[in-house]
Amino acid sequence: MDYFIELFLSGLTRGSIYALIALGYTMVYGIIGLINFAHGEIYMIGAFTSFIVATTLSIYGFPLAAIVVVAGVAAAIWSSAYGYTVEQIAYKPLRHAPRLAPLISAIGMSILLQNYVLLAQTSDFLPFPKLIPEFAFMEPVAHVIGSSDLVILITTAMIMLALTLLIKFTRIGKAMRATAQDRTMALLVGINVDRVISATFILGSALAAIGGLLIASHIGQINFAIGFIAGIKAFTAAVLGGIGSIPGAVLGSLVLGLTESFATGYVSSDYEDVFAFSLLVLILIFKPSGLLGKADTKKV
Amino acid sequence: MITAKELTPINKKIICKALKRSLLISLWFVFLTFPIMVIKVNPIERTVSWRWGNIAYVAIGSFVISLLAKAWLVRKERAAAAKTAACPTRASIFHNILQRPGCRYPLAALLLGVALAFPHLFSTYQANIMTTALMYIVLGLGLNIVVGVAGLLDLGYVAFYAIGAYSYALLNLHFHLGFWAALPIGGLLAALFGVLLGFPVLRLRGDYLAIVTLGFGEIIRLILENWNAFSKGPSGISNIPRPGFFGLEMSLDQAMIYMYYLMIGLVLLAIFVVNRLQHSRLGRAWLALREDEIACQAMGIDKTRIKLTAFALGAFWAGLIGVIFAAKTTFVNPASFTFMESAIILAIVVLGGMGSIIGVICGALILILLPEYLRALSEYRMLAFGAILVAMMIFKPEGLIAGVRRTYCFQGRKSTAALQDDE
Repeated sequence: MDYFIELFLSGLTRGSIYALIALGYTMVYGIIGLINFAHGEIYMIGAFTSFIVATTLSIYGFPLAAIVVVAGVAAAIWSSAYGYTVEQIAYKPLRHAPRLAPLISAIGMSILLQNYVLLAQTSDFLPFPKLIPEFAFMEPVAHVIGSSDLVILITTAMIMLALTLLIKFTRIGKAMRATAQDRTMALLVGINVDRVISATFILGSALAAIGGLLIASHIGQINFAIGFIAGIKAFTAAVLGGIGSIPGAVLGSLVLGLTESFATGYVSSDYEDVFAFSLLVLILIFKPSGLLGKADTKKV
Repeated sequence: MITAKELTPINKKIICKALKRSLLISLWFVFLTFPIMVIKVNPIERTVSWRWGNIAYVAIGSFVISLLAKAWLVRKERAAAAKTAACPTRASIFHNILQRPGCRYPLAALLLGVALAFPHLFSTYQANIMTTALMYIVLGLGLNIVVGVAGLLDLGYVAFYAIGAYSYALLNLHFHLGFWAALPIGGLLAALFGVLLGFPVLRLRGDYLAIVTLGFGEIIRLILENWNAFSKGPSGISNIPRPGFFGLEMSLDQAMIYMYYLMIGLVLLAIFVVNRLQHSRLGRAWLALREDEIACQAMGIDKTRIKLTAFALGAFWAGLIGVIFAAKTTFVNPASFTFMESAIILAIVVLGGMGSIIGVICGALILILLPEYLRALSEYRMLAFGAILVAMMIFKPEGLIAGVRRTYCFQGRKSTAALQDDE
């Protein structure tokens, strides 16, 4: 039973990290209908920025609490800046281009960013400093859940709550929902659509950066190529839940995380990804719009 | 171009504005690239090196690039303003040349002549690179059927390529089957898998289809990587024989050149078949499907059948090239069939111009040969590859040579519906 609980909790941890990245995909898709292939790289850049900042500060002897805060803020700021810049360069000029053009430019951006980090930094795996200490009060349950799992679960739950409040009640959140529903209509009622799209990219990138920081300190190492597989998994999660739907992205991520965790625990860790993708294919066959997605009916 | 004489106050104002804007952009990039370009930490020796010099490169580089981009945009706007009277869908000069039968055939003959003489004019090494490029032309033409003509976005095309390669490798390993026997089997197996993939995704549209095909590609690669008993896992299968020529013994050089001619033959076959397909009843049904699925069904076209044939015929070419790939490198392992490969093939199709055969050929030659000849700058070539993809999409999203559709352009005079489908 302990083993089951352990797998369940590690699946939840994994799923909540996917959720942080998947939200960026789903929000962007909901607003401009684009698969932002460079989103995984934004997450990677978030992890790298926090690595650079945290290591630098720890070398200069700052206390752990300060390091965590500064690294988190720096990762969020720079990732958002990258997300914004990628949108301005690679997607904004292509708003009215053929449907595949932004996809190709996203793939190009993804290759570009990966190689930029590879050249400017290194291709080696780098040890990520341990930002989350082992808490003493976690001792009795340490065999089923680690301290970093707990921190990840609590942090993501808080972020989800904040995001829900932001989308539901603030001006920019309402503008985002309006733009997602009907871009032309949103323009007509005086919403600055370009600004809303940029805000979506910035918000999504900041979430991905937090995800990058958390997972890097959880796993303990990073590399320039981590963005690709994380991006694909998160995108899978977003599609699983119904792309464009925010609760769907969270649900899809949790389902994906749990599936992977149980597959690894009870079957074989080699086939973890096969299970993830098979689950996706199965769900899409029986419910093509994802778990919580709206059915895509088209009227003529 | 603007000469000194044209420097009217308005132009001066535009230039001042552009300079100011570029300056701001370069400042932004300095900020953006600061942590990753400037700070480099060594976590083991616990040292930090501050590379301030990089700021200068970033600043100057982004300043120049943003100025050039602005200049290009201004020029394009002016050209567009001057051309509003012209017919909007005019074919390029390139198309016009190709349209004229008098030009078309001599040009094709010339190209074929150069292609045939290529291994004798250059080294075997060059011919080998060219063979790779030719393989990608066929892959591009195959994917073009699925993505360009039928409009089904397939991000897992590399799976069929892997199936072809592994079917030759395994058939040879277990049953000692030769290249020529494996070639059609590889193609047909890939086509079969194409249909197998096609069935479940029939109901999916657009981006859902993209992610399922991507997942399918990854599943095939992961199975090959992990099912050791079947595929020998990540270490792959080696000692695959090269294609034979009636039992003739060949040196390595000769085998390479033979391979090259084989590919030329296959490219010609692919061009012929794909071209005929596009203009057939089936090809027109694909085009209809791409343009509007509902209208296409309303016209009485069997959607299931044409989607499945698109998948099968696209996959068939990938299977063939897979067999050739296994024979050329004499070694296969799952690392050759990553998503990156699918992305490159897709980039060939989109860069060349969707649905256009000549476009795909140009796209393949550029995308495969460019990185090969940029090997001198080997460190930067993938960086440049990414940048070129982005730049191409921004400046010419319809591709190098767009597939020109049959269009009707009414200008109050006689109809000018002279433009043919594609090349």
